[in-house]
Amino acid sequence: MRTQKPLGQASRRKVLRALALGSAYITSFAAGWLRPVQLLAAEWNKAAFDAKVLADALKGIGATSVADSNQILLKAPEIAENGAIVPVEITSRIPGTQTIYIIADKNPQPLVAIFDIAGGMEPFISTRIKMGESSKVRILVKAGGKFYVATQEVKVTIGGCGG
Amino acid sequence: MADPMKIRAQLQGDIADVKVLMFHPMETGLRKDPITGDVIPLHFIQRVVATHNGKTMLDAQWSQAVSKNPFVNFRIRGAKPGDKVTVSWEDNMGEKASIETTLN
Repeated sequence: MRTQKPLGQASRRKVLRALALGSAYITSFAAGWLRPVQLLAAEWNKAAFDAKVLADALKGIGATSVADSNQILLKAPEIAENGAIVPVEITSRIPGTQTIYIIADKNPQPLVAIFDIAGGMEPFISTRIKMGESSKVRILVKAGGKFYVATQEVKVTIGGCGG
Repeated sequence: MADPMKIRAQLQGDIADVKVLMFHPMETGLRKDPITGDVIPLHFIQRVVATHNGKTMLDAQWSQAVSKNPFVNFRIRGAKPGDKVTVSWEDNMGEKASIETTLN
């Protein structure tokens, strides 16, 4: 039977170096691998969607400073008989509109939807949302890294969240 | 299972007006089953992506506050007959659906 030679100083160093290189390689591989995924599709913004109050929702989407704008056209009913189906139509006249956000201020979670639109799109979105009670509908537009807002009060006769 | 979605696209000049209907309960997690009284779990479409000839045009993130059987209407510029428009969604339980139409 052959006896194993204990690892000499030099070969131990080699092993350590190999380990260090290996972990550096794995780290760079993981980082490089994660980046393109995030570019393809931003992660669902859990922090913003889970926010229970308007201020936290705004913080979640990075809208720390928001300017009023009359260049966002919002079509929503003044009185919605059914809070489960409130039609909302948005047209932005702000050049370079990148993202349109729909927020219902008094919903249990105010942020309703985020629409990222490419350059080849008309800055227009029409959809239907649920509103728990009468409140402001707040449309934010992100253009050139800045945030703009338009609001409209919608009176809800029957709330559309629980029931 | 019934079709999970419907799409209708109309060319108006070089703008494609696309209307999509998705059949989904969009449960808020706040409703109770009227018979058992159990809370119906949160179940909603989280992500909707629309492409024009393979290029992403619209990338939407939704909460449970988009209405049941969601409807969305958007418009794509520079569209022409023969172009393909695809819309796909994925919900918080990992269910997915996709639909494609050709402009004419």
